Amino acid sequence: MDGVRRRDFINIAAVSFAGVGGATLLYPLVNQMNPTADVLALAQIDVDISAIEAGQAIKTVWRKQPIFIRNLTPAEIQAANAVDAGSLRDPQSLAERTKEGHNNWLITLGVCTHLGCVPLGAAEGENRGEYGGYFCPCHGSHYDTAARIRKGPAPLNLEVPEYEFLTDTSVRIG
Amino acid sequence: MSFPWAEEYRPKHPFMRWMDDRLPLPRLVYNSVGGGYPVPRNLNAFWNFGVLAGLALVIQIVTGIVLAMHYEPSVNGAFASVEHIMRDVNQGWFLRYLHANGASFFFIVTYIHIFRGLYYGSYKAPREMVWMLGLVIFLLMMATAFMGYVLPWGQMSFWGAQVITGLFGAIPLVGEPIQTWLVGGFAPDQATLTRFFSLHYLLPFVIAGVVILHIWALHIPGSGNPTGVDVKTPQDTVPFHPFYTAKDGWFAGAALTLLALLVFFLPNYLGHADNYIEANPLSTPAHIVPEWYFWPFYAILRAFTVDFILPAKLWGVLAMFGSILLLFFLPWLDKSPVRSGSYRPTFRIFFYVLLVDIAILGFCGGMPAEEPWVMLSQVATIYYFAYFLIILPVLSMVERTLPLPNSISESVLHGEKAEAAPLGAQPAAAE
Repeated sequence: MDGVRRRDFINIAAVSFAGVGGATLLYPLVNQMNPTADVLALAQIDVDISAIEAGQAIKTVWRKQPIFIRNLTPAEIQAANAVDAGSLRDPQSLAERTKEGHNNWLITLGVCTHLGCVPLGAAEGENRGEYGGYFCPCHGSHYDTAARIRKGPAPLNLEVPEYEFLTDTSVRIG
Repeated sequence: MSFPWAEEYRPKHPFMRWMDDRLPLPRLVYNSVGGGYPVPRNLNAFWNFGVLAGLALVIQIVTGIVLAMHYEPSVNGAFASVEHIMRDVNQGWFLRYLHANGASFFFIVTYIHIFRGLYYGSYKAPREMVWMLGLVIFLLMMATAFMGYVLPWGQMSFWGAQVITGLFGAIPLVGEPIQTWLVGGFAPDQATLTRFFSLHYLLPFVIAGVVILHIWALHIPGSGNPTGVDVKTPQDTVPFHPFYTAKDGWFAGAALTLLALLVFFLPNYLGHADNYIEANPLSTPAHIVPEWYFWPFYAILRAFTVDFILPAKLWGVLAMFGSILLLFFLPWLDKSPVRSGSYRPTFRIFFYVLLVDIAILGFCGGMPAEEPWVMLSQVATIYYFAYFLIILPVLSMVERTLPLPNSISESVLHGEKAEAAPLGAQPAAAE
């Protein structure tokens, strides 16, 4: 083309080369802030649930986050099934939130989906909110007996992590 | 730039002349905060708070650097190292209390500084850049203060970090990866603490850099003044030194006395007892509250409880960030050519209501998320946004303002009524 000099090409090539190099350097600078290998390595745990009676719940830790494992009473299961799932903010039935044949075992993250507080209700005597499940004291989110959001600012039900029953009394989370 | 009558820097000592030819740093100082910077002669006490904020930044940087010599940024050692500072380090209690209360001091003077700007229209042309750079400083201050509060790794530190990084989780699609990236894991932990320490050390120096830009931008048109009338003649100004250096010095002494009262007699008054409990990732304190200076924004965050197209949580987050970001547009929302609230009788009423409104938001932000506080913060949030988005634009079109004085010097000639009175019969000049 007219007026395009050899020097223009060299300029553009040099600046592009330096630009791509600089942008490439950004990747490790940004990505170093993502979870490290040792943090990711804590991603699977086995829990013995044989000692949890109906109506009780335990707290355990998975990936540095609290996990609630609750053995639902028949009344709680009934209460959860009595609601029309379609009418909920985050529509899910109890069956979708538990494993086939283990419908009394409700395993969720103990992390409020609003801003990440640990809801109350897993330990004996704690406030379980207006729907008898969990209650987050930070901003007043009420979860029902299937740990579904019913009232308050949280947008989603308490998250159900990946897990499987190894035996009837042992689960592997993660 | 400065007014044409600004005193020129003329060093007398041969060494200073030699220096001026090589590195004119004394000239820069003279022209920016010395006799070479003419300032309106009618500034009231509210014009002292910028300097006080600068002083607070210096206090925070100095105490912060020495605290970092004793602090240990590890999840197992952080809490103990803060107690070590309090009990074992020579005068460590003083340095830490000064740093912790210094943050509150910084925010108090900065809030007064911002409200001064809102009342006297300091954000209006030609000072829009001054205003916007100030907002950048304010945002950086909030980030720095938040990360600093996490460092002692107490219960409020931990759960504050959890809640605030959780705000980013509200963003659709990319929210959770961003949150994980910010904390470096699935919940605040060692990675979070270390990076917050690194950034908490860095950001104050970034603030100092933006402060320089803020002052640079201010010195192009020069300081505003309580009448909002432009400087017209040399009679309208006095040199910064010695007049305002002396006044700022006196105010610095008064403000530091108040800070000393806080540090020596009420060092934990503005803090929260839960932060003297070490962080426990499995137990949330019954009542999580941020530091007082975040309460109005926290109230706005919690005011959204109903899903409307978007989830309530996202609305809360958008409103909270929006409450500050909309201030960037303030110079174009308030089109009234009269800068000062002193000549805008209707504006003044709405402004005072805004002050009360923000106080109510602050109060609600410190209370649990229960009625009547939620309802009250909802009403207050509506007024906050209405003030900037509806009231100011409408008011700047319909308000009948008072006549402005002809000049700054005229407005300060007390006792000579005939001369000092605004020329009411004449239509007032726009500025």
